Amino acid sequence: MSPPVFASFTGAVEFIFAPQESNVTGGKKVGGFDKTMELLIGHLEVTVLALALALLIGLPLGLYLGHEGKGELIAVGVGNVGRAIPELAVIALVAGLVGIGMRNVAPALALLGIAPILVNAYVGVRQVDPATVDAARGIGMTELAIIGKVELPLAIPTVMGGIRGAAIVIIATATIAPLAGVETLGDFILNRNVYGENGLLAGALLVALLAMTIEGSLALLQRRLTSDGLKVKTA
Amino acid sequence: MADPFLLAAAGEVGGDFFKERSSGTLPCQASESHLFCFDWAKENIDRYGTPAQQHLEIVLLSVLIGFVVAFALALIAHRTRWLQPPLLAATGVLYTIPSIAFFFLLLPLTGFGRDTAIIVLSAYTLQIIYRNTMLGLDNVPESVKDAARGMGLTNRQILWKVELPLATPEIIAGLRVATASTIAITTLVVLISAGGLGTEMYGSNFNFPTAILIAVAIIALMVLAFDLLLLTAQRLLTPWRKARPR
Repeated sequence: MSPPVFASFTGAVEFIFAPQESNVTGGKKVGGFDKTMELLIGHLEVTVLALALALLIGLPLGLYLGHEGKGELIAVGVGNVGRAIPELAVIALVAGLVGIGMRNVAPALALLGIAPILVNAYVGVRQVDPATVDAARGIGMTELAIIGKVELPLAIPTVMGGIRGAAIVIIATATIAPLAGVETLGDFILNRNVYGENGLLAGALLVALLAMTIEGSLALLQRRLTSDGLKVKTA
Repeated sequence: MADPFLLAAAGEVGGDFFKERSSGTLPCQASESHLFCFDWAKENIDRYGTPAQQHLEIVLLSVLIGFVVAFALALIAHRTRWLQPPLLAATGVLYTIPSIAFFFLLLPLTGFGRDTAIIVLSAYTLQIIYRNTMLGLDNVPESVKDAARGMGLTNRQILWKVELPLATPEIIAGLRVATASTIAITTLVVLISAGGLGTEMYGSNFNFPTAILIAVAIIALMVLAFDLLLLTAQRLLTPWRKARPR
């Protein structure tokens, strides 16, 4: 049951850099560096927008709930439900019920990102030693200062873990965003009729590389943000 | 059943995004005011049988394979401690690759269909199950192991009779997360012609949410059922613990 010989990785790499004749459209040149960049930028655009939205909502809410020590049910519930939402359903339902285009898709992707950010911020703050928080209160720090200068720095590894998870989910789901009218690298994958098999493989390659690059950058950022005192323990 | 490769090449998968559903006249498809069309649901519920079954099979096989591999890796790493960082990094990298990209990257090697789906999905479960198993084993108090050693248990006995039972809650927690996310991601295997409930979403008319909502409801029920099943298993496996509130 060997599968028919499929596109090759060399073909896919060539597709990324130089337009080539598609084995589907016949004659018409597709792909190439310019198209790749265009789709890459589209992918980044919707990813950054969605991640920023998710951060804006998920992070303060998670930190606040964790600080107050309430809403455990909400935080855990959001986490459990968030994990079980099929990405395809989100895109399909947004396209059908709300509308297509960046304005509708970015908030939908953000919704998927909120869950990991909120849960990790909550858990991270809850894990901070209560004695440390008491000490901060004792030296006269305001509650806001405690969150910002004590709890958040101590929770950075966990908080960043949530942000990295959110970034991965958003990049992955942005791949099927073309179904809802947002041009991303997923175009190469989903529009097989146009880009052919080399395009399909090129798209998959690019999305994987993009995800690993972003994840790697966030991991570096996490190292920069983690206070030296914490590194000794976690290293 | 036609060759999935030919189907794909013919544009059966991918291509027209807003393809109309070809199942004749529908009671309330024309009217956009219907969020959920019960008439259609009643008439068409049986079309979800096969996709739901395919979905279930893929999930079960993937989680099972993922569990066996991750569990074995964890046991090896538990004994050979220097393997822990590289194993965590390796399973972590697998987890970083978006599932859709992963499916298609494997196509030149394994082609369209269920095999590719199961390979990718089980690779995804590795990290969660491996990490939680390690966590559970690490959380076993040293004093308990000392006591076991004092009673004359061998290392193997300590592992199977003391450490693993005590690590069961963490292992099951890992399985719950892995199962829930696998059930969700399996909707995407439609893209590589592996069936599942995604078939009722992808290529359906997005302006007719009923069909999609039914699939989502079945997925939600599946997640819930597996969660309850695993919680029950945990309760039975760890009779000395009072079940934790959810």
